[in-house]
Parts: sequence; C-alpha cells; structure tokens
Amino acid sequence: MATSNNVKILGSFASPFVMRARIAANLKSVGYEFLEEKFGQKSQLLLQSNPVYKKIPVLIHGDKPVCESLIIVQYIDEAWSSGPSIMPSDPYDRATARFWATYVDDKWFPSLSGIARAQGEEAKAALIQQVRDGIALLEEAFPKCSKGKAFFGGDEIGYLDIAFGCFLGWLKACEMMNGIKLIDDATTPHLAKWAEKFCSHCAVKDVMPSTDKLLEFAKVLAAKFKAAQS
Amino acid sequence: MAEEVKLFKTWSSRFGLRAVWALKLKGIEYEAIDEDLANKSPQLLQYNPVHKKVPVLVHNGKPIAESLVIVEYIDETWKQNPILPQDPYERATARFWAKFGDEKVLPSIWGVFTQEGKAQEELLGQAMENLKLLEEQLEGKVFFGGEKIGLADIALGWLANLICVLEEVSGLELITQEKFPLLFGWMQNFAAIPMIKESFPPHDKMITKYIALGEKYCPPVKGCIEELCEYQTP
Repeated sequence: MATSNNVKILGSFASPFVMRARIAANLKSVGYEFLEEKFGQKSQLLLQSNPVYKKIPVLIHGDKPVCESLIIVQYIDEAWSSGPSIMPSDPYDRATARFWATYVDDKWFPSLSGIARAQGEEAKAALIQQVRDGIALLEEAFPKCSKGKAFFGGDEIGYLDIAFGCFLGWLKACEMMNGIKLIDDATTPHLAKWAEKFCSHCAVKDVMPSTDKLLEFAKVLAAKFKAAQS
Repeated sequence: MAEEVKLFKTWSSRFGLRAVWALKLKGIEYEAIDEDLANKSPQLLQYNPVHKKVPVLVHNGKPIAESLVIVEYIDETWKQNPILPQDPYERATARFWAKFGDEKVLPSIWGVFTQEGKAQEELLGQAMENLKLLEEQLEGKVFFGGEKIGLADIALGWLANLICVLEEVSGLELITQEKFPLLFGWMQNFAAIPMIKESFPPHDKMITKYIALGEKYCPPVKGCIEELCEYQTP
C-alpha cells in the first residue's frame, strides 16, 4: 500500500489496541508507515506525540498526533469520509456500538489481561469466568447489532467489530495457555462464526499476529512481570 | 410522533449531570427520574441490565447507558447547538480530554480526599500533574470547547460543582486561583452559565452527603495536606 497521506502509526505487532488503528486504516485504504516500538523502550517520537499517556497506539496525520485507540478509529472514520463507514449511520446504533466498546475496554479486557497475572488457581478461575460472562453478553448482543449480517457492523466490519475483534489473537493464546475454550460453536455460535470471518478479513489478516508469535511474546511478558515482582 | 425522553439519574450524580447539560443545551424536554441507588427501580434494571447504573437516557423507549455515550447520542440526534466541533482533529481532541478527565483526573482527585498517608501523597502528586495538563489546555480559551462549552467541558464540569464541596468538607485547597488561574477561571465561568448553575444539586445537601462519606473514608489531617500542597505546587 502506498504510504501517502503522510500517516504514521506508532505501535507494536502484539498490541490489540494498535491493531484497532491499523484495521481502521486498512478499511479506509489509508496508507501509513508503521513504526514499531522496541519492547521495553519508548521512542522519542512516542514520548513527544503522546506526552500524557506515553502509550501506543499513536496515529500521526501530517504533524498532528491522535491518541487512544478508539478515538483514533473514530478519527480515521471522520477524517477519511469517503470509503466505507466504520461507525453505523443511525445514532442509536452508534450509541449501542460505543456502549459495547466501552464495556469491552472498561470491564472485559481487564479480566482477560488479569488471567496471566492471577495469583493462584482460584483467582484465575474467577477471572476466566468473568471473561466468559462478558463473551456471553456479546454473544447475546450480536444478533441485535448485526441484524442478521456477518459482522456487528452489518455487511462490513464496523466500530464494535474492531473494538472487540482485536482481542481474538490474545483470546486464542489464552485458550491455549489455559487449556480452555472461550469462543466455540457449541456455546457461542454467533461469535464463533464472526471470529472466523473477522480474522480472515483482508483488513485484519495481515495485522493479526499468529497465536505462536503471541505465545512467544507472552513468555517475554511473563518474565518481565516476574522480574518486576521480585 | 411526540418525542419521549426520560433520564434516569440521582439527585447528585455527576455523570447524570452530563446528560442533563446536554439535553438543556439542545433545549430538549425530558422527564427526570431520580433513583434511590439502595433501592433501584425495576425500570432502571430493565434499561441497564449490564451495569445497573445511572444515568440511562430512554428515547422513545430505547435505552442508552454510559454518560459520554449518552452525550454523543444527544449531540447526533438533535443537531442544534453542537456539542462536538465539525473538524475531525478537534473532535478527537475533545474526546481525548473527556476521557482523560474520567480515567485520570477523577480517580486522582477522589483519592486525595479519601486516602491517607503515602497513598494520598502519591495521588496528590498525580492530581497536581493532571490539573496542570488541564490548565495548559485552557491557554487562550474560555472553555475547553473554545468560545462555547463542548464535550470536554461537559465531561469535566463536575469539577465546577464537586471540588468546592470536597474542599469545604476536608479543609483542603486543591484548585486555587494562584495555583491554577485558568482552571479556576473556567470553573467560575462554567458554573455561572444559568442552565448549569440551576442544575447543580443543592450545596447544603452535598455538604451533608460528603461529610458522611468523609467519616466513612477517614478525612485527612489538614496541616499535613497543606504541607503536601506546597511541596507539589507546579
């Protein structure tokens, strides 16, 4: 893809939040330069362009930095208004998509990311159950949002697909590390079908890291966490 | 069809106030339902089964939850007196500072008034940093939204009401004209807007509420905090 429009995305291959920005850019056919941050270090450009949080992703459009993944997704949708819409067109559908995206970030993701750092089997089991409960809610919400189509956003990937789908790689890694199934045909038929379609979508497949790569990265994270604990 | 707009909130909810301000800004008539959180109504539980929280806006029977989601819904449904600007970058900026308010400012300030010792010291440091960032954002502006209030003002508006209550109850001064002249000025300008002023919960009722909460959380020692404030002055 041509890197026109003078767009950069600062991030890491493993971050689901960075993936959101990349998927949105891909959906809009926006060319960008991907600047990969070195793990454990923050580049000068990152610190300059996100002085408040010092976190990835950051989208830099010309000389303007945009921070916070869901804000970046909406920015991409609004700044490149030709091409498919990422947000639904109806205000109520937009509110519903935003509600679930907020739920994913504020309630669901902390449970998922907590599993790897859980102290003891009981704590781990509790977090896994919370993740399951959240998935059950989204399974129930899917038909209402999709209105019979393939994605939460309808015929095409939309805001909520991006907000939730970015975690599918890590979800698979979590399933493998813990010997569990979180999304499957039996318990979450809608999401199982949706997950497959999402991960194989042309805007997603090149930016969704393989489970192997994530498992390898998880070991690096675990080592870092252990070192920080001692 | 006549519009039916209901807002489930509480008499003091700072998140509920966001929806109130957005509706008033747009001139929308609505029915306000003040919940007793110790005894939630069946309607609230039905309209917000996921969180069971206020505020919830119900528009022609359809519920919307999460205060900032509600504000954007109101802005997109009723086009007069826009809350968000047109320009995508300015919109992203407004959303960023609204989120910053909830993720960083609110917890750090709440922590200052409810924690003790080392935890409080750390939170005070964070609160001062966060307030400094807001101060910088007001450079050359009356409101975060510019000449008129916008999303960030609505999101941060709780400062204009709650800070003076917390300061009065605890004896601690956090936002002074000396330390944060622009933010102090913004709080006064915001609170002076008639539709904002008339929506604030009764001051004496708030004082009573927060004294009771303060007793629950162990209020900090006044002298110790003043010392910390001096140390943390930006």
